[in-house]
Amino acid sequence: MISDLWILATASLVAVACSMVGSFLILRRQSLLGDAISHSVLLGIVLAFLATDSRSLPVMLSGAVLIGLTTAWLSDQLHKTGQLQSDASIGIVFTLFFAVGVILISLYAGDIDLDQECVLYGEIAFVPFDTVIWGDLKTGIDLGPRAFWMILIVFAAVLASVVVFYQRLQTVTFHPTLAVSLGINVVFWHYFMMTLVSMTTVASFDAVGAILVVALLVIPASTAYLLAKSLKQMLWMAAGFAELAVLIGYALAFWLDSSISASIAVSAGIVLLAVVVQQQFYQRRLRTQTAIQSPLSAN
Amino acid sequence: MQAEFELLNAPGSWELWLEFWRFEDMNALWVLSGSILLGISASVIGAFAFLRRRSLIGDALAHAALPGVMSAFLLFQTRDPVVMFLGAVVSSFAGFFMIDWLPKHTKIKADAALAITLSFFFALGLMLLSYIQGLNVENKSGLDKILFGQAAAMSQQDITLLMYVTVFILLVVTLLFQKLRLIAFNLNYARTLGIPVRFYEFTLALLIVMSVVVGLQLVGVVLMAAVLLTPVAAARFWSNQLTTILVVAGGLGAFSAIISTQISYLAPAMPTGPWMVVSLALLFIISLLFAPQRGLVHRYLQQRALRFKVAQENILRTLYKLYERGDFQQRPFNIGDIQALRAMPTNALKKTLKRLCQQQLIEDSVNGFRLTEAGLQQAQQLTRRHRLWENYLNEQMDLPPDQVHTQAERIEHLLTEEQEQQLEMELANPHFDPHGRDIPQGDAERQPGVKAQGGKHDQ
Repeated sequence: MISDLWILATASLVAVACSMVGSFLILRRQSLLGDAISHSVLLGIVLAFLATDSRSLPVMLSGAVLIGLTTAWLSDQLHKTGQLQSDASIGIVFTLFFAVGVILISLYAGDIDLDQECVLYGEIAFVPFDTVIWGDLKTGIDLGPRAFWMILIVFAAVLASVVVFYQRLQTVTFHPTLAVSLGINVVFWHYFMMTLVSMTTVASFDAVGAILVVALLVIPASTAYLLAKSLKQMLWMAAGFAELAVLIGYALAFWLDSSISASIAVSAGIVLLAVVVQQQFYQRRLRTQTAIQSPLSAN
Repeated sequence: MQAEFELLNAPGSWELWLEFWRFEDMNALWVLSGSILLGISASVIGAFAFLRRRSLIGDALAHAALPGVMSAFLLFQTRDPVVMFLGAVVSSFAGFFMIDWLPKHTKIKADAALAITLSFFFALGLMLLSYIQGLNVENKSGLDKILFGQAAAMSQQDITLLMYVTVFILLVVTLLFQKLRLIAFNLNYARTLGIPVRFYEFTLALLIVMSVVVGLQLVGVVLMAAVLLTPVAAARFWSNQLTTILVVAGGLGAFSAIISTQISYLAPAMPTGPWMVVSLALLFIISLLFAPQRGLVHRYLQQRALRFKVAQENILRTLYKLYERGDFQQRPFNIGDIQALRAMPTNALKKTLKRLCQQQLIEDSVNGFRLTEAGLQQAQQLTRRHRLWENYLNEQMDLPPDQVHTQAERIEHLLTEEQEQQLEMELANPHFDPHGRDIPQGDAERQPGVKAQGGKHDQ
């Protein structure tokens, strides 16, 4: 029972952190960059592990942030100097990084505590067993799952950045040209966002894997984007939809005995589809109403 | 990458490699030809997606195929390639529809729609896969191989299907080539010609879906995008002709297929897809750097040559102006004299002067630098072009004299001989520029060597 709680808590933190970062990605039309970074973070983790032989938080975070920023920078450079379409340059960079990551994993399969499966699914069901122990291994106090603490720290960092720099992020997101004319360093904020994305993806990696992170980044945020009237509203709604997806997904996984992380992502999609269908329905009704009214008003 | 590659060379891999290339293993030969065909057809069809500016559509469609494969297995409890293929095509198409529909009918933007579709379908596929793995059914073990691809695990039936489909794709592209090209480059023009654009777009989508689906076992869901995208992006650097691009892209695709199949044969545990992507990426980097005309190295060299040329010509002109001020008396000028007229860092100036000396356009002596005969010719010609252009701007464009200099300063390096003659005709061979200075009359005794040099740099 207590392990269920740990899983739910970890999943909720992952989902809410992703939805906050994802909201900015959606608004800045950079969801593909989010997709790319969440793939290439794998290479960052593997390289950091091979270089230092440790899976501690600072190592993983710095490896992932470094590779995440490299992805963003390299695709930008390729777009500018190579004269390629921007989505094509993103596609070339992240597939290469991801491929190298997978090759390294299969080469050093014995040494790395990672396998191809885990890259895709993550293993949220095993999260409660990998715990942080304070003090001696036998006598120390069990502080709870490692993945939980990792995402908690990153979640706090993301939340603090969004709250503290709210005004800045808003200006840069909605009025990039105005921001430039106000003397705001737009490039810095772009890479700041990319740092947040990399941190969130790497912290979510253990729990949900490389590709399902994309679902949590874009789907709840898009659902909120359909309904919200302001940035603040959008952030709250995205967090709400993310949490809803976690609850539905957990139940779904329990019922079908399927992967928890995949089920959470699927439920996020189902929530989005439900909102889309509801909106279509509403619009159609509105249209028929105006169609009935307009001949009257024309008279 | 080299270091990792060497790890594979455990004892015996050389023999394996020989065995592979002697085609003693029929299965290896089949896999090899299948993957070459796939490399070619995916690159060709990917080129059209690239030209339609939908480079990442392959990524989304490949991910979207996953739930189709899984549900086909769940429903029919068989690993028959045709059933799997049909399931994948159906669900890829559902994904294609969703990518198309969402931006048209909701606020969601095209890139977000792509990411949503990709991740949602993939999650659905993984959920079904994990559900299947919990069930007690037969031959479910190889299903997860389509995530990263494993050439060695392909069966004879898989390869036969692969060959039929890729040949079909290549045939259709050849037959519809004219129409597809027109739509790729000018959609609106194609519409006005009355071409059923929607039909061809649908066909193209079907072909993309088919090549993605058939490639899953070889390359895998996650990396299929690269096989569609990277070859054409690399080929784009080699040519501007669509047919050439397609041939080059197909060649690159086939080459990377050969490399990755070999590796899969030497180390059967290795996933094929990532190796294919890495070899494609290497080919891409080579093209990016070294392609003629559009490659970065060539472009850098060209720019550097132009920079040198501009710097040299500026110095020649400055020397000419000094010479003109001294009432056309040839005498040497030192670096200070030159810098008084043209602001330029001393280091760069010295280097430029050295190059001019090497070309014997100026002479170096103790007292300073002076123009040689050839240098004087060239300097006169440049000054003439500069001042003719100033006149042209002043007379024909109605620009006041104080605004014409900056423009002429740029164009003087680019004007050709014919343009100079045109300017003369247009302006009735003037003798003075808008500032009242002499226009040197050069063409009577201009040396042929100087002309040729001017022409060579004018690109």
